[in-house]
Amino acid sequence: MSQAAATSAAPPLPARRRAGKAGDAAFALACHAAGVFVLVLLGAIIALLFAGGWPAFRAFGLAFLASTDWDPVQEVFGAGVSLYGTAVTAVLALVLAVPVAFGIAFLLTELAPAPLRRPIGMAIELLAAVPSIIYGMWGFFVIVPVMAGTIQPAIIDTIGELPVVGALFQGPPFGTGILTAALILAIMILPFIAAVMRDAFAAVSPVYKESAYGLGATTWEVVRHVVLPYTRVSVVGGIMLGLGRALGETMAVTFVVGNANRISPSLFGAGNTIASLIALEFPESAMGSLKLSALLALGFLLFALSFLVLTISRWLLRPRLKG
Amino acid sequence: MNRRSFLLASGVAALLPLGARAEAAQITGAGATFPAPVYAKWGEAAQAAIGIQLNYQAIGSGGGQNQIVNRTVDFGASDAPVAADRLEQHGLLQFPAVMGSVVPIVNIPGVGTDQLRLTGELLAEIYAGRISKWNDPRLVEANRGVSLPNLAIAPVYRADGSGTTFVFTSYLSAVSPEWQRKVGANTSIRWPVGNGARGNDGVAGMVRNTRGAIGYVENAYATRNRLATAQLRNKAGNFVRPTMESFRAAAANADWSVPHFAASLIDTNGAESWPIVSPTFILLPKNPQDAARSANVMKFFDWAYRNGGRMAAELEYIPLPDEVADAVRAAWGREVKGPDGQPVWPPR
Repeated sequence: MSQAAATSAAPPLPARRRAGKAGDAAFALACHAAGVFVLVLLGAIIALLFAGGWPAFRAFGLAFLASTDWDPVQEVFGAGVSLYGTAVTAVLALVLAVPVAFGIAFLLTELAPAPLRRPIGMAIELLAAVPSIIYGMWGFFVIVPVMAGTIQPAIIDTIGELPVVGALFQGPPFGTGILTAALILAIMILPFIAAVMRDAFAAVSPVYKESAYGLGATTWEVVRHVVLPYTRVSVVGGIMLGLGRALGETMAVTFVVGNANRISPSLFGAGNTIASLIALEFPESAMGSLKLSALLALGFLLFALSFLVLTISRWLLRPRLKG
Repeated sequence: MNRRSFLLASGVAALLPLGARAEAAQITGAGATFPAPVYAKWGEAAQAAIGIQLNYQAIGSGGGQNQIVNRTVDFGASDAPVAADRLEQHGLLQFPAVMGSVVPIVNIPGVGTDQLRLTGELLAEIYAGRISKWNDPRLVEANRGVSLPNLAIAPVYRADGSGTTFVFTSYLSAVSPEWQRKVGANTSIRWPVGNGARGNDGVAGMVRNTRGAIGYVENAYATRNRLATAQLRNKAGNFVRPTMESFRAAAANADWSVPHFAASLIDTNGAESWPIVSPTFILLPKNPQDAARSANVMKFFDWAYRNGGRMAAELEYIPLPDEVADAVRAAWGREVKGPDGQPVWPPR
């Protein structure tokens, strides 16, 4: 019927419109449902984590955030150590990863000869596809012995002797610890940041760059004054993407962070992150126990932290977007 | 007509293997990781011998307790005995399945396996951070004839909540009043010093990687990884090596007449006893919804008590003494009642 109608000389417009309208409505409804579903899901997760963590929040109050106690025997729990560990490893990872990622993106878009660009770009993308447990095992069996045997003793004997900075590089050379975790995280988030930066740099219209070159600018000046300002939003977005992954990374960090519920002044000291603490303690937490509640509360805090990172990045970007 | 008979035939054909398969009764369990290797071995052998297929998930003692409280599995498994009021509240019967031992492992250059001699107090002092060098005078005094280097001690512990940690810290609490007061015993605790690693394998790996490290693992992991173990001084004052003989000596000296079989094999009497031995427990509902499945769980462990001893010993576990197994069977008959109010054991 419809075929015949469609091929007939006088198109039955009203009929098609009606069908179209119904289809449009159904499609719009489906899209709205999908959107609402995401909102409901997000809300449900937050509500569940908060409700689960409520006994811990009620028992310890605001002190839960700052308390560095984590004593399952006495049932005293605090988020201080794992919040500190999460923040320090993630920020250190960014400090280590961003310059390298920028270098890679710079090389791939401006410096490398065309035949090299594809293989290096592919390698970066493959690095992003390595599962995190592989990074954890590699870190534990390869990086940790190297850190314990060569790098840490050397640093402890040299920089560790200095008056102020030295405190950051002291203690027994276990190989594991905050710095090793940050190193592994940096390698893990590097491909994400590098890939976003490369795509952003590549998207800059050649006209702008050629104009700058035409005015006698060097490659560095072009990147510094033309490419970077043009792509600032994407670059910060890529960095935030990396930060988000670093905050939530679990398995790889668990292998190498040392898993101690203490805040150590030294970067070689063992620490903990929210995600790894939850992964380690969850199987041995009885239902209805304060410990399980404290772990759910930690999950809520991690959620809140990720939200905060997103909000700050938006806030940082806003005035520049207007300009 | 043809088509219908074909359908019928294929339907019957499809049903046939089902009927044959139904004879292999399935039981499900979840919990402790510590005895998981021996349960797996028993499950394999029991399927061939008595047709009971065990599906065991090693999700940790806490998880096992949660699952059996919710009755999502036929039995739960826990390394730490469950408190009497909690057993009562959830209608659970607790009985031991097998025993295991925890041994200290060390990585000290120039010190071979079982050369180092430690006491419980020294071990507690090391894990409290008050002995921090291998050439500490107190260690040197206990180890005349062994040359201990001037090397920092790197204590390693289980970072994940585990029955092994519960057993080890129970021992430290038993021998050191100060440890009991300041730290205590649990599946995870607040460690004063040291680094954590995940799982027995993680601890074994970190001790092997770190010069000057000391750790604790289940005996099977130390044997399998050829790690240097240490001697411990037992309650009788003798230094003993971690061997099957000293483990069995400890098991023979346990008092099993306590409620819920919650016997402590920590620091038992006996001249040859290894001081860190522990039973691991099974949790079974006293009021099973499905009496047949519950009976199959009991059949399985009954079979394991009779025939599983050699398999357990091969995996470095210590089989339960026969009189304890008899007491467990008596408890099954006394305490587990089906929906009809009749005892489930012995199976009818």
